[in-house]
Amino acid sequence: MPEVRLVNVTKKFGKIVAVDNVSLQIRDKEYFCLLGPSGCGKTTLLRLIAGLVEPSKGEIYIENRLVNSVPPEDRGIGFVFQEYALFPHMNVWDNVTYGPRVKALGSKESERLGREMLEMVRLFERLDAFPSELSGGMMQRVALSRALAAGAKLLLLDEPLGALDARIRNELRYELRKFVKDLELTGIHVTHDQAEAMAISDRIALMRKGKVLQVGTPQELYMTPQHIFVAHFIGESNFLEGYVSKMTRKESIIELRGGLLVRTLDMKHKEGDKVVIAIRPEVLTVEKGKKRRVNSISGHVEGFRFEGTNVRCKIRLENGDLVLVVRPALMTEWFNVGERVTVSFSVEKNFVFPYPERGLKRELTLE
Amino acid sequence: MATSSIIKFLDSASSKSSVRYAFYLSSITFFATIILIPPILGIVLKWNTMAETFTKPSLMSRATTAIYASFAIAIFVSIIDVVAGLPVAWLVARGRSRWLNVLDTFVDIPFIIPTATLGYSLLLFWNRPEGISSLFGGNLLSPGWLLVILLHFAFSYPVVVRVMAGAILDYKREYEEAARTLGAPPFTTDRTVTLPILKPSLIASFTLAFARSISETGATLIVAGAFENGPILINNLKTAQELGYEGALVFVSFILIVISSLIFVTIRLLGPRLKMPIKKVWPVTERKLSGSRITNLRNALSLIAFFLLVLIPSLFVVLPAVYAIINGTLNKAVVGVGIWQGYWQSLILSYSVGVVATLLNTIVGLPMAVLISRRRLGTKLSSILDVLVNIPLMVPSIALGVSLSIFWRSFAVMPEMVLLILVHLSITYPYLVRSMVAAIERLNVDFEEASRTLGGRPFTVFRTIVLPLTKYSLFAGAIMVFTRSVSETGATLAVTELKTAPVLLVGWVNVLLGKAESPIPITPLDVGLGCGILIAFSFIILLISRLFARGKGRY
Ligand SMILES: Nc1ncnc2c1ncn2[C@@H]1O[C@H](COP(=O)(O)OP(=O)(O)O)[C@@H](O)[C@H]1O
Ligand SMILES: [Mg+2]
Repeated sequence: MPEVRLVNVTKKFGKIVAVDNVSLQIRDKEYFCLLGPSGCGKTTLLRLIAGLVEPSKGEIYIENRLVNSVPPEDRGIGFVFQEYALFPHMNVWDNVTYGPRVKALGSKESERLGREMLEMVRLFERLDAFPSELSGGMMQRVALSRALAAGAKLLLLDEPLGALDARIRNELRYELRKFVKDLELTGIHVTHDQAEAMAISDRIALMRKGKVLQVGTPQELYMTPQHIFVAHFIGESNFLEGYVSKMTRKESIIELRGGLLVRTLDMKHKEGDKVVIAIRPEVLTVEKGKKRRVNSISGHVEGFRFEGTNVRCKIRLENGDLVLVVRPALMTEWFNVGERVTVSFSVEKNFVFPYPERGLKRELTLE
Repeated sequence: MATSSIIKFLDSASSKSSVRYAFYLSSITFFATIILIPPILGIVLKWNTMAETFTKPSLMSRATTAIYASFAIAIFVSIIDVVAGLPVAWLVARGRSRWLNVLDTFVDIPFIIPTATLGYSLLLFWNRPEGISSLFGGNLLSPGWLLVILLHFAFSYPVVVRVMAGAILDYKREYEEAARTLGAPPFTTDRTVTLPILKPSLIASFTLAFARSISETGATLIVAGAFENGPILINNLKTAQELGYEGALVFVSFILIVISSLIFVTIRLLGPRLKMPIKKVWPVTERKLSGSRITNLRNALSLIAFFLLVLIPSLFVVLPAVYAIINGTLNKAVVGVGIWQGYWQSLILSYSVGVVATLLNTIVGLPMAVLISRRRLGTKLSSILDVLVNIPLMVPSIALGVSLSIFWRSFAVMPEMVLLILVHLSITYPYLVRSMVAAIERLNVDFEEASRTLGGRPFTVFRTIVLPLTKYSLFAGAIMVFTRSVSETGATLAVTELKTAPVLLVGWVNVLLGKAESPIPITPLDVGLGCGILIAFSFIILLISRLFARGKGRY
């Protein structure tokens, strides 16, 4: 069954290393997302799996078969291209039955498959239309049914929703997942939209600059980011720089800028290490006035915005650092700009990372 | 100072729609009065003389045979060109080896060198003892229809490769990749997806090859021997000046012009509706045909055909040219003694006419290109003009020359030089317009609209947006006008006694072949060198255009 395994796969285009020594296992019947900022090598990785480009190094296995030298037509895959690549000289029907036809499945079988797939995406009545006559959402669905009609067990989707309106995008993403699950396929979905990936994946591989930084379920990436970039890219984070000033048996005391001391449960660093604490805006609490609690820092409100369900509050801390706090609008006090407040966070709901070698700003850029 | 105030004046004048329409109308008027109507009227003027031809069965059958030969050769050669040129275009567009860059340049050679030179080169290669014939102990090929086919194949080949390579470069590879991921092997992919999508370019390259073949005269004269196609017959009739020749001349010209135009219009109308057989698939056979062994074999055969039938024969004349340089003929030539004085004069004449035709056609062609590509006077008129401007391409140049000469001479005393330029304007007119129409159509209208919203007046927009973004095509079009003018033979022969370089060389070859007399003896080395010099100049032009194309990028 279509399980995909990449072993130390590298792809170079001249001097550009588009995919850098990636090892990855995608399980049978899994809905898997390749997520990352644009230019990080997602498309290239997908095309490597499809056989549309050859790896410079490394091995690719599909169903435990080494496929490095197998041409795309023999890999048993379906590929949905970012701009769909519907054949402009064929109508919907001929597009969808192209796969069965070139595989010479016989006209009965071709018709059955074409009909079934078009009915599944509710486009059977448009089978005479040419691609140029279809809307973006329809083209997307035709592209999908074309890939499925070819009998693919492994479905590769390159930003399949990228060219659609926001509304349609949100509807179609659950539909994509449902098709893959209903037909018991393995799906690999490329996207740069973390919300999309979080909403539909079983597991996600987060990529940056050709490398896979972390693989895990959406919860794992959100709850236990193993790399500072993951904490930044998945959800939101505040980053506070500091030094480990003291380690106890259970805790480490970190000195932030301005000599502020905070406590965390982090045990990975040692005294004197330069570190960055990442704290989600939704775990920070804010109160009016000056309070003394664990990990509380005073400051004043610099910005306050109500945005539907949540309020977003920008607070300048007493040491000059800026933090963002997000609270449910009905569960929190509202503040005025300039008001003095206290921000606090618990010892466990934060992540401590070593200070990046090339500096924090550069580490977090999306390029 | 003066130019900037002129530009300012034009900028502000272009805001008035009356000025713009006047401008477009004047370019249409030029096209109608100089390019389109004169050849038609030329024929109408001599309509009566045609009747005479019908009373002479022998002349009549000679004419129909020649006309038939013209079209048969043009169709056959264009098909072979497309078949043999497509794999090479593929290599040029897709290949990654550095050698393919060299191949890319080689492909243009037969296009850029004047056809008369090419004809002589082929004659040397296939027929003369100095050529490949020596290997077989005698004349491998005598002048005649087979040599004409080889010649037409060689000079229309580059057009096909150029057009198809460009189309393959522009083609979105995702279509091909999609077909592959759906299970189609490479051969099936090409047959059912890539080629059908590239169909418009296939038709365009076929049409251009056909046009080149149907209208060529100079080189065909050199290799034809006793064989006659339309243009050769016209030339023979004109030279012999037999009784009643004029009627036959007009008849043949008329038929050639009408049938060519009809074929062109038919292709334009029916081409888009032409269906390729893409439904049926033979998986086993096509899989075999996709194998690397077959693919390599196909590439090797196409390359061999290119080198053996196109490139080497086209450049064979370089050998005697080099020998002429060593043995001192070059000195004679540089000093300009004997026949060489006339040679240099003809060269100057050719290049001057070329420059004038290029400049004039650029000035009148640009507004026409904008008019057609941006449908400034409505979609219908634009598509009609789009067909009409291409007609001079399809019409045999010597036939065009005959009718133009009848028309202009019936007017008043027309200086030979003016007549020559008028004819060259007619024949080269389509090249720049075509090139610019294609370029402007590719250009996103958003750029122009953005510029308008930023306050640009119509002429400012053209000057600062359209022209800079299409300058590569403008340059390519201008180069084509220039080279076409320099190598033009048929129409020049028909209208004037003035000797341009190709006309002069055709004369020299005739002396060499014993078909004509010359007071001063002419040797093969003279002809070789004469051709060599022309080729050298053509090469310089080719290199300049390549440098330009590479340096500035082709948007
Ligand atoms: N065919 C190619 N030739 C050269 N460079 C390429 C090619 N395809 C991708 N790249 C480069 O590889 C890097 C990764 O590209 P891609 O895989 O398309 O990223 P993503 O899909 O994540 O946006 C980019 O720097 C891109 O410019
Ligand atoms: Mg991409």
